[in-house]
Amino acid sequence: MHQLFNLTGKNAVVTGGSRGLGKEIALGLAEAGANVAIISRKESPEVVKELEQFGVKAVSIAFDIGNISMHKELLNIIEENLGKVDILVNNAGVQKRHPAVEFPQEDWNYVMNVNANAVFSLCQTFGKPMLERGYGKIVNVASLLSFQGGFTVPAYAASKGAVMQFTKSLANEWASKGVNVNCVAPGYMATEMNEALIHDEVRSRQILERIPAGRWGTGKDMQGAVIFLASSASDYVHGFTIAIDGGWLGR
Amino acid sequence: MSFQLDYFSLKGKTALVTGARTGIGQAISVGLAAAGAHLILVGHQDNMQETQNKITELQGTYETFLIDLSDVENLKANLQPILDKYSIDILVNNAGVIYREPAADHNVNEWNRVMDVNINSVFTLCQTIGNQMIEKKSGKIINIASLLSFQGGINVPSYTASKHAIAGLTKALANEWASHGVQVNAIAPGYISTNNTEALRNDEVRNQSILERIPAGRWGQADDLAGAAVFLASRASDYVSGHVLVVDGGWMGR
Repeated sequence: MHQLFNLTGKNAVVTGGSRGLGKEIALGLAEAGANVAIISRKESPEVVKELEQFGVKAVSIAFDIGNISMHKELLNIIEENLGKVDILVNNAGVQKRHPAVEFPQEDWNYVMNVNANAVFSLCQTFGKPMLERGYGKIVNVASLLSFQGGFTVPAYAASKGAVMQFTKSLANEWASKGVNVNCVAPGYMATEMNEALIHDEVRSRQILERIPAGRWGTGKDMQGAVIFLASSASDYVHGFTIAIDGGWLGR
Repeated sequence: MSFQLDYFSLKGKTALVTGARTGIGQAISVGLAAAGAHLILVGHQDNMQETQNKITELQGTYETFLIDLSDVENLKANLQPILDKYSIDILVNNAGVIYREPAADHNVNEWNRVMDVNINSVFTLCQTIGNQMIEKKSGKIINIASLLSFQGGINVPSYTASKHAIAGLTKALANEWASHGVQVNAIAPGYISTNNTEALRNDEVRNQSILERIPAGRWGQADDLAGAAVFLASRASDYVSGHVLVVDGGWMGR
């Protein structure tokens, strides 16, 4: 049974893997036995060291995933440094907060480009060799705002809605070819991206009151679900979004 | 400490699985035993042999209790011998029945039987064992939902109603119990090759139309659910509450 969750010998890529949820996800995959490439805007040798403590191969690649025309190049670099990619975790995402009525077009485009367009392109680029080999696990990081509208974050909500939907589209086409495409939807997590919320006393209280678990989530809370979706334990799970939200969506 | 030893391990845990004799219940029981749990196998027919043998092959341990879950009135009393002996860490409400008859003629006695086994007994089980879990501030409940927790099905209105109720109950209990360290979640299996779906697979037309809609291109096997069950039974899912995890080869997205 434990074998079901074992990732020994698999090669995984985690975008945004140098900090926040992405870093914890990368550490979880390494702990489960996978070699890991983390993609972040700046190289992160210190995270590589942490990953290597699990006895796996780890590399850090400086790359802005918003640079979509270079995704094929990114794949080549990873294949040279790590080998064929078995697991892709599209975790990197950005946030911009403005009331919808004055949301700047430029910020809208930026959020949509990184959170939706780049993720689709990475699925496409990394999915192709997976389809050729008949094996692959793609885990996209969606959000509670794949289900709900949020507040003063319309671009983020739109982009995360898109991620959840095209995950199903890809699953419909790729499931029969041995490639699983699924999402995890983190709830309210105590990360840098949510600092503005955590420090807003009113919003912070309102949020906490609605979480049945009675606490904000942490990066560690993501690890189990991502390992599940990255491993053969989830071979019949396709196009699905697992919410890791302390019960928020049911409240 | 590695995940294999720690995060997904159920060593030292006691898991109760209803409907453990065949199909999904058997596969989940064997999966939990393989992860290290001691199994309480609950069924109503005295022929749990196959499940027992599979657990023994893994060097797992079990005890079997015969309980009729359709007897909701006496269920609490019938569970008492288990509660006297064990503190349950993991409860899997898997037992379920299905009755097929067009809604216009759907037999009311059968409706009541389906509701008793599929939802009323589940509430009593959750309540009785949940109380134990709340007291020790730790527990995992996994209810087996269905695609018909989301969709309507054909000719199975009692089953659909009971499985929608399972999804609702799961969220209701999660809202109250998550802060007490008890995670309540559900697994919604897709079209799985078991006794309950034999009639569908034997109907050539239905079988083809179902298969054509499953992106994975195959019926699920009971074993496909073991991973999800271990995930939801283990520490790996401690921040997952009130969630219905769909294991359906992609059906719901098609």
